[in-house]
Formats: sequence, C-alpha cells, structure tokens
Amino acid sequence: MSDKFDPVIVGFFCNWCTSTAADLAGTSRMQYPANVRAIRTMCSGSVDPVYILRALLSGADAVIVGGCAPGDCHYVSGNYKTRRRIKALKTILNALGLDEERVWLRWISASEGVKFAETMKEITEEMEKKGPNPLKKQWTV
Amino acid sequence: MRNAILDTSKDGMLEVIRGFLKGLLEKELVNAILVPVELPSGNNVVQTLVSNPEKLNSANPLAPVLPVNSARIVSSITRTGSSQRKIAVVLRSCELRAVIELAKLKQVTLDNLLIIGIDCYGTYSINDYSNLAEEGKSPTEIVLGNIKDGKEDELLREACQVCEYFYPMNADIVIGLVGMDTDKAVLIQAASEQGEKILEAMELQEGNDNQTRQAAIKKLAAERTARKDELYGKTREKVTGEEKLPTIFAKCVNCHNCRDACPICYCRECLFDSPTFEFGADKYLDWAEKKDALRMPTDTLLFHLTRLNHMASSCVGCGLCQEACPNEVPVFSIFRMVGDKVQEVFEYVPGRSLEEEMPLSTFREDELQEVGYE
Repeated sequence: MSDKFDPVIVGFFCNWCTSTAADLAGTSRMQYPANVRAIRTMCSGSVDPVYILRALLSGADAVIVGGCAPGDCHYVSGNYKTRRRIKALKTILNALGLDEERVWLRWISASEGVKFAETMKEITEEMEKKGPNPLKKQWTV
Repeated sequence: MRNAILDTSKDGMLEVIRGFLKGLLEKELVNAILVPVELPSGNNVVQTLVSNPEKLNSANPLAPVLPVNSARIVSSITRTGSSQRKIAVVLRSCELRAVIELAKLKQVTLDNLLIIGIDCYGTYSINDYSNLAEEGKSPTEIVLGNIKDGKEDELLREACQVCEYFYPMNADIVIGLVGMDTDKAVLIQAASEQGEKILEAMELQEGNDNQTRQAAIKKLAAERTARKDELYGKTREKVTGEEKLPTIFAKCVNCHNCRDACPICYCRECLFDSPTFEFGADKYLDWAEKKDALRMPTDTLLFHLTRLNHMASSCVGCGLCQEACPNEVPVFSIFRMVGDKVQEVFEYVPGRSLEEEMPLSTFREDELQEVGYE
C-alpha cells in the first residue's frame, strides 16, 4: 500500500443520462478511477443540497452531480433547477469560507460513456491535487 | 397616489394612528384588524385580531418590539384560503416582506387583506422592552427620541440596527414616520388601488408628496447599510473557514428554534424532523470511528447549512432566529450575510415584488454556464 492520497468522491447521477453513461462506460470496459461512489437518482433535480452537504461534512473529498444536458432533461426542466440550486449551494459554501470547488455539476448524456470515464478521471485527479477535505477529521462538525 | 396626513399636534402620534384604525372598523371598511395590542401588564405587546373598535384603545403598532414575525400569523389565518370578510393587517417592513414571500410560496392568500405597512425604526428584544417598560420608561418614546437626536441606539436588536428596509414595500396603505415631523403629522399614503379607495372613504386631510421623506429614507438606509457592512466584516472574520465554522455551530443544541421562528421556513414537516435523521447505534459508532470522536448531537452544522440552502434566497433579515437561539450562536449575522450573497447572485430582493419569481423555483435557459457544463 502506498501513502498516496486516495480521494473519496460521491456521485449523484440521474437515471436517464449520466447513470446510463456510467453503464455504457462499464459495458464498453473503459478504465477510470474507482474513487467515485455512484448513487443513481431519478433526476439531478431531485438531489437536495442536504445530501451533498451530508457527504462533504462527513468527510467526502468531493461531490459530483451528473445530469442530462440543458434542454434534454427527461422531466423537461429538472436540470435547470439543479443548476440554480448548485449555484446557490456554491455561493453559500463560498460565503462561509468552505471550499466550493469540491462540488461539481456536469452534464453527461446517455451516449457519452467516454466523457463519463474522462470526467471521473478528471475529478479524481483534481482532488488528488487539492488534498483531503479538511472537514474529514473535524470531530466538531 | 393619494397622500393624506394625520395631525398629531393635539393628541400625539399613537392616539391619531389608533383613531385612524378605529375609523376603518367604524366605517366598516374592514371587519377586523390584526395589530399589536398592549398587554394589561403594560410590559409587552402581542399581535391581536381586533373586531371591536373600542379594543383598539390599547393598540400600539409603534411599540418597538417584535415577539413574532406576523407573517407567520397572517399565514396561519389565510393559508387555507381567504374569508369573505376583510382583514386589515398592520405590519412592519420585515413582516410585510415575509408575507409577500409566503404569498409566492402559497402560504398566504392576499385576497381580502388590506395591508397597512408602517415605518419601523427598529425593535428591542422582548426582555429589553419589558425591562424598560417596568422601569416606567416608554420604549416607543426612547426610539423616536434617539432618531430625532440622530443617536445610535445600541440597545436595538442587531437585525434592526443593520436593517435598510425600514419602510414598507407592497403595502396598500403606508403609515409614514420617516422624514416627518411626527410632533405635527404622520403620513398616510395610498400605495395601491385598494388603498386609494379606503383613503377616499376615510376622508382624511390632504397631504402632498413629501420630498423630505424620500431624502430621509435614503439617508437612513445609507447609514444602516454602512453598519451592515461593518457587521458582515466582523462576522466573516469570526465564522468563516473549515476551522471556525464548525466551532461556531458546535454551541448549537439542535433545538431548531431558529427554524420555528423563521417566517420563511414553512414546510409542514421539516426534513430534519423526519426519520431521515434517525440512526441506529452502529451508524453513530461508525462515524465516531471514522473521525476518532463524534460531537453530539450530530448534524447541527448540516442543519444550518441545509436551512440556508432552503431559505437564504428569501431571508428578510427580521432576526427572530437570533432571538430564538438559546445559546447565542450568531445565526442572524450568518444567515443575513449569506442570504445577501445568494440574493445578489440572482438579483433578487425578498418582498420587493409579488411578480418577481423566487430564484429557486424558476430558471433561465441561458444562464450560469460556468456552474454546470459538458
């Protein structure tokens, strides 16, 4: 075992696009880091900030929300609302001096298995560079 | 818009405002009035739904104290629909702005309400108000005196000291004190069609559009904004960052009083009262092992951050969260500061307009490209 920092990343992926892209990446046997713990949700719009915050405060190094590209939402406008909610969340984190760059929002559609694998690689590498979430060992949280 | 004045030189401001409200009931322009009324003990006021004009003898909408944000009361009266009978509600600006937000959230029905907004110079905490009253002083006179002398009143609630929205927005009728020589007259202004009709029926003494009022509002708002920025600076210093923030909220005991006092938090069942936050022993032990130690009760910071995500865009800055906190966690300054940031991003001012959609319930297709991308 090396001492290399191995980030823990929580992914909320919508059923119709990003989760399907994850399946495609898998069935196409694409290689990508196993750091992302994927959770399938019906829509990115159904991810309340509480779940993102819960992950971050519990010590996850990053949270990535994946949804359908603007205009492609299965529920018409769920992802547009996600975008506003994530913007609000990032603003709040920033205003309180917490690291908003640990929250990612990406649009990855069902056919984009390659992009899914690349994005997971990208976020893992970025978090490796950033280092562990300082809240990981904060017992007062 | 019609401007009228009430002559205060003979009976004093409180009496003529009472007289005006009585007139609304006596002329049967409204069936009841929701207004703060002095308790028989004299040391506090409570919001009261008054139907008999005689009961208005102890009404005191000027009393500088805010036991509850009346938007919650207006919501409890009208949430399930309006009555055929008309109710006048006398509200301070923070209450009125919250009423507008709750109307957008379908928690208030505005039909058959007559909203009377009153200028507010600020309020004391319930305890400070009672103490002053019990010492035989008049809290109302003290506030007005300080304003007249241009003195900063350190006893006012922090929220009020930094409030730049002390004048009513979206009222039907405005009772104006700012910029008026209140020893001589107060302003009664119609600010809607409904207000216009009511004032016509009241047959008041005509007033003219008051330039000094606008200038006075501007001046006071600038002073308050400067104080607010100062407070934000201090708050930022004290609370921000991964080290400080959890420490600040470690004093929280999860009583959820701030949520219960908040006029914007309206969910009938809060997520934090739901089984989502009930865990078994093993869960706690897992967490404790992961972090070496686990502060109990858990999830206090999570509660506050989540609440911010849900209400910050509509925070009217009434500061009742602070009054409700038993442990002096600086929730008001944190919520207001963060609320301002979120509202700035979406160019939204809570309570400014009924037509303006709430930031989190609407969207534009071509915005925020930097947040989510391909």
